[in-house]
Amino acid sequence: MEKDEISPGAVVVIGGSAGSLEVILQIANRLPLLPTVVIIIVIHRKIDNDSILEDLIAHRSQYPVKEVEDKDPIIPGNIYIAPPDYHLLIENKECFSLDTAEKVHFCRPSIDVTFESVAETFTNRVIGILLSGANFDGTEGLARIKELGGYTLVQTPQSAEIDIMPRQAINRNIVDKIVDPEEITAAIVQFVNGLP
Amino acid sequence: MIKDEDLDILVAVLFEKYGYDFGNYAKASLKRRVNRLMVIDRLPSFAELLYRIKSDASYTNHVVQELTVNVTEMFRDPQLFKTIRDEILPGLATHPFIRIWHAGCSTGEEVYSMAIMLEEANLLHKSLLYATDLNPTVIENIKRGIFPLSQMKQYSENYIAAGGKKDFSDYYTAKYEWAKFHDRFKEKMVVATHNLVSDRSFNEFQIILCRNVLIYFDKILQDKVLTLFDNSLEKLGFLILGSKENLRFSSIASQYTQLAHKEKIWRKMK
Repeated sequence: MEKDEISPGAVVVIGGSAGSLEVILQIANRLPLLPTVVIIIVIHRKIDNDSILEDLIAHRSQYPVKEVEDKDPIIPGNIYIAPPDYHLLIENKECFSLDTAEKVHFCRPSIDVTFESVAETFTNRVIGILLSGANFDGTEGLARIKELGGYTLVQTPQSAEIDIMPRQAINRNIVDKIVDPEEITAAIVQFVNGLP
Repeated sequence: MIKDEDLDILVAVLFEKYGYDFGNYAKASLKRRVNRLMVIDRLPSFAELLYRIKSDASYTNHVVQELTVNVTEMFRDPQLFKTIRDEILPGLATHPFIRIWHAGCSTGEEVYSMAIMLEEANLLHKSLLYATDLNPTVIENIKRGIFPLSQMKQYSENYIAAGGKKDFSDYYTAKYEWAKFHDRFKEKMVVATHNLVSDRSFNEFQIILCRNVLIYFDKILQDKVLTLFDNSLEKLGFLILGSKENLRFSSIASQYTQLAHKEKIWRKMK
């Protein structure tokens, strides 16, 4: 199975909305370099054409950070960000694709769309993380990650600036672990090291 | 969620029976479209979908329309339109005749945006805008020039951000929930069905816009379509793609120079 060697060992997919930026920056700052892991971030934001978010995360992280363009290759050891006004999909194990289809939960990019697509391609090698937000986006996708054998994690509602998004997932009974923001990177490392 | 094998069967049936070739469409997105279609049409199973397609040609038109994404807006990415207004249109003024192709333009919002800018640059009278899409239904809307009034606030903001100085509402007449754009714009449009997968070059243009269409194709088809554009663009013409699309890795890249780093505008140099 030569193909597996270039495929990521694990995929960390993080979804956040209102109040999640601080947490995402903290994760980017604390996460140790895991060369076989791909990190994908979907965050709701206003449509703009600049790369402020990319710069903010890159400034704090040891990982190269890239806002995804159409058919960009998926390379382990990188952080990828969903571009504004596009849904981010996994075309296959080697590359992304983008989609301007209808908004989901009033959002594009939608967390559900990316979570579901990651789950279907990478199944049990996925850890899905849902953060603060005033929205119902993310729960369906997290459920799909769980269903296909992945691991699901949400921020504690008490620590979330807006707890609607994590609470929605918890109420659905699909969450493996509920942790405070400071503990998220440790949970990621534990998940990655626990994989066969 | 339908299975990959089902998707392959659907693609084969649409091609063999109706000539629509989705074989080189990007799979992840196409699969989402099929799932969405089954939800909207309340189809209990993939077999049901297949049966309806095989037995009903008019239903197939609807399927083709739903499988393609028809999301567009006026002056989408205003900064791009500002660049076209400031840096491209002045150079076109010396041409006796201007031809622009909007490939895969869906319901035509982008075509009307361009027509408005051409008029403001005093170029519309000698321009022709070719508006094509593979869906016969969506392009009918371009001929009508009618768009939802609810969108006009957003479009007006986009227009201003794109360097528009006039009152955007002067360009249409509001009636009930609709905004009807003035007929002088559509008089300068040639509206036709054209399938980028199977149809050929039909003219030579100074500008070709194809934004957020290539993202639905795999790399093989992208390259084929870019070659079609290359054959349809005159020397020093401009090719304009979507904000996350790139010419960089295509076979025609070496003949083109990107205009401004942030904008997805390339100029044909050879």
